[in-house]
Amino acid sequence: MLIRDLGIIPADDSLASAAPTAPPIEIGNFSRRGFMATSGILVIGLSLAGCAPGEEARLDDAAVAESPLTGVKGGDATPALWISITDTGIVKVTCHRSEMGQQVWTSMAQIVADELEADWDDVEIVQALGHPKYGDQNTDGSRSVRFNFHRLRVAGAAMRTMLEQAAAERWDVYPAQCKAQQSRVINTVNNDSLAFADLAEGASKLAVPAETDIRLKARDEWRYIGKPIASVTVPRIVKGDGAYGMDVERPGMVYAVVARPPQVFGKTGVVNDVATLAVPGVLRTVRLPNAMPPAAFNSLGGVAVVASDTWAAIQGRNALDVEWLDGPNADHDSDVYRAAMEDTARQPGKVQRNRGDAIAALASAEQTLVAEYYAPHLAHAPMEPPSATAEWKDGKLECWACVQDPQTTRSTLAAVLSVEADDITVHATWLGGAFGRKSKPDFVVEAARISREIGKPVKVIWTREDDLQHDYYHSVSAQRFEGVLDENGKCTAYLHRSVFPTISSTFVPGADNPSAGEMGLGATDTPFDVPNLRIESGKAPAHLRIGWLRSVSNIYHVFGVQSFAAELAHAAGRDQKDYLLDLIGGPRLIDPNAEGADYDNYGGDLEEYPIDTARLAQVTKRAAAMANWGRVLPDGHGLGIAVHRSFLSYVATAIEVVVDAEGNLTIPGVWLAVDAGTVVNPKHVKAQMEGGTLYGLSNALYGEISAKKGAVVQSNFPNWRVMRMAEAPRSFEVEIVESTASPAGVGEPGTPPAAPALANAIFAATGKRYRSLPILGPNGRRLSLDDSQDS
Amino acid sequence: MAITLKINGQDRQVDAAEGTPLLWVLRDHLKMNGTRFGCGVAQCGACTVHVDGLPVRACITPHDALEGAEITTIEGKQGAVADAVRAAWVASDVPQCGYCQSGQIMAAVALLEENTDPSDEDIDTAMSGNICRCATYMSIRRAIKDAAQTL
Ligand code: FES
Ligand code: FES
Repeated sequence: MLIRDLGIIPADDSLASAAPTAPPIEIGNFSRRGFMATSGILVIGLSLAGCAPGEEARLDDAAVAESPLTGVKGGDATPALWISITDTGIVKVTCHRSEMGQQVWTSMAQIVADELEADWDDVEIVQALGHPKYGDQNTDGSRSVRFNFHRLRVAGAAMRTMLEQAAAERWDVYPAQCKAQQSRVINTVNNDSLAFADLAEGASKLAVPAETDIRLKARDEWRYIGKPIASVTVPRIVKGDGAYGMDVERPGMVYAVVARPPQVFGKTGVVNDVATLAVPGVLRTVRLPNAMPPAAFNSLGGVAVVASDTWAAIQGRNALDVEWLDGPNADHDSDVYRAAMEDTARQPGKVQRNRGDAIAALASAEQTLVAEYYAPHLAHAPMEPPSATAEWKDGKLECWACVQDPQTTRSTLAAVLSVEADDITVHATWLGGAFGRKSKPDFVVEAARISREIGKPVKVIWTREDDLQHDYYHSVSAQRFEGVLDENGKCTAYLHRSVFPTISSTFVPGADNPSAGEMGLGATDTPFDVPNLRIESGKAPAHLRIGWLRSVSNIYHVFGVQSFAAELAHAAGRDQKDYLLDLIGGPRLIDPNAEGADYDNYGGDLEEYPIDTARLAQVTKRAAAMANWGRVLPDGHGLGIAVHRSFLSYVATAIEVVVDAEGNLTIPGVWLAVDAGTVVNPKHVKAQMEGGTLYGLSNALYGEISAKKGAVVQSNFPNWRVMRMAEAPRSFEVEIVESTASPAGVGEPGTPPAAPALANAIFAATGKRYRSLPILGPNGRRLSLDDSQDS
Repeated sequence: MAITLKINGQDRQVDAAEGTPLLWVLRDHLKMNGTRFGCGVAQCGACTVHVDGLPVRACITPHDALEGAEITTIEGKQGAVADAVRAAWVASDVPQCGYCQSGQIMAAVALLEENTDPSDEDIDTAMSGNICRCATYMSIRRAIKDAAQTL
């Protein structure tokens, strides 16, 4: 999401013009009736010209362009783009977002099928190719439901209206006397009915109605929206059915792994591949061009080893003798870098938001509370490492890959390979986790370059070592806070200074100022009711590729903000939760822009999606109540809480920890309250809250990426530790606040409160305040309880 | 050198380089993609298969050490326990991205084939070798208990 918000690279479609659409790939097709790739003739929603039985029809771009529903909020709602109905009654719903575990196949289909009045058992999902006609396909920023809720309802309702009209013509009654219901249209005059399949052809000849002529269902008529509909992907997953980027097979395909320079912008020197070529199965090596700033989404250079299977390619790479030449980041060392960032955080920075005069209040205060927090670089480490398959044929490129944004993949390939976007087809496979990693298509660029060189389809596999050592890392950061309390313990001045290498550096060489977009993720949107408030940023140069990771800057900002809020409470001698509610203050709407911020509210309108302190307070109180806040806890137990609004949703998380006398830490319970506005599927929300929270807890406890001599130290799960079953919370309760507000994000907002809620709980249990992450690190088994404060 | 492996009850001819791990034989040679690659160093469990009924990490097991063994993958795993586990997984929508779930299911089936009434600690021990980055651990724990109930 950030690259566009930052205005750094052009919108996806600027490099890609309208192109004919190739058939969606079979791995993208699924129906509750089973595979139905050849399950009937498409009779509506698509141009019939040239469509033989069993063949996927091609979208008629002209028909889409002329539709009266192109101007709908959220984008094009032309039914032809989203829905087709076969003569056997299969309702095909196109999902243009990438399925990466958030169940977007299910939620997008729920929205369409509900308004269409399709029987859920008739629904089949088709994965869209990457193409600008779908509008935004960047499955990132927790926006799939938010961006598409209205337009997909309109698309479904438009198709329903057309089917009802077709039935009215058949029966010679008024359309108002026809009512679609569960894949049939009922004649309300005499109770006759016709199946969608029988009406589809007639409907396809009708004009698409205007938005004003379409009636959307009332909330109480929703059949699927808001219901815990079962996931459409799970029945396949439990059989091991392969549909991920790693699973792509093409005739004549070979396999490749790449040896990349250890430093970003390091160069390849002398290559001796004699031993590599002697490995059985190795076919050849391919030298990739050295990377030049900006990194963007281009490949990293190095040497590809091409082989007849993955293992041979890996063995061949192990045998490769390469001289790596130092680049501009050769001296980067995380320890030295940390000290420099902390030093910057102690100097005045760039003001990003200001209310009152915090500097004067701090200067004149008898006592100030100062705290510094540190959070390291993180890797995304999706369970499926990046993988892409590329195939050139007659100057045209076709790719299959686990990408979050097939459009940016296409435009990137077009730009770096100097090929027309029209000649590039990008299929998004299922993604075995992504967390932001797979919105950067550098690995697809590698596959395309290698395939072009060797003239064969090739699958590039990233090993876990590749994934951890060549990621677009979540920024390392130093946060400094200064506060003043009056004699009643009320906070009267609050200064937050944030220092981190910016994501902009990945796109603009030398960029070293935190962007307003990043500062708006947990810093300039601070909701605290204090008379003097100042948010500043400090510069930091980047020496690794920096990228966005699940909830982005919210991670380090909220770790600082919500830890510091608890430190203020402690200094004031107050209960942590009560004090937090006081800091949030009374019900009001906050506009950071009125106080000098350049705040973009996740691209949402502040009218539709205000920063509402009443909703923040509400989830805080509910999470506290769920945790039975205030109960008497046994020795060694502690409860902590944190709250944050991100991606336009409000999440409060209470965590209980137990720390025994040896410092062993366990998490018996987590209680989370979320207000995400209108919810399409409560199961998805619950799963994302659990997953998002544990992602945050895993990083807070164990996660750290560090560099020596410009190269990342961590290499695989032994030294990049992640949370496992035995370490997971024993119980996790989620409460979803009933709301009719516009839908907000759910994939990321669970993450930010996790780390500070944990740190606050550990403080409550032990009196030790952890201000530096990770709390345990890759090898730590126990908390050290000897001193009262760290760093 | 070509050898014969018994996979999911069938004899399969395999001609892969000496020492090639079973994982890559399954995926690249036999196009059986249900067994996943997550780390290659026996740390994540995504590649879990059963060899003579016991869970094994296919990424570090040379295929040529398995002549004569009964190899079972997610695609071929059947029986009352496997059915119960799959049903529990579907009933509570355990998977998120699903990538780790072949390995999770193979580990859970192996656990329940040994112990039809596992405690939390038994589950911790049996399942902690299987990483889920989507963090479906709470759902997995519940589904294992649900499956156990039906056995
Ligand atoms: S791939 Fe075998 S344990 Fe990770
Ligand atoms: S479900 Fe995604 S890694 Fe487990």
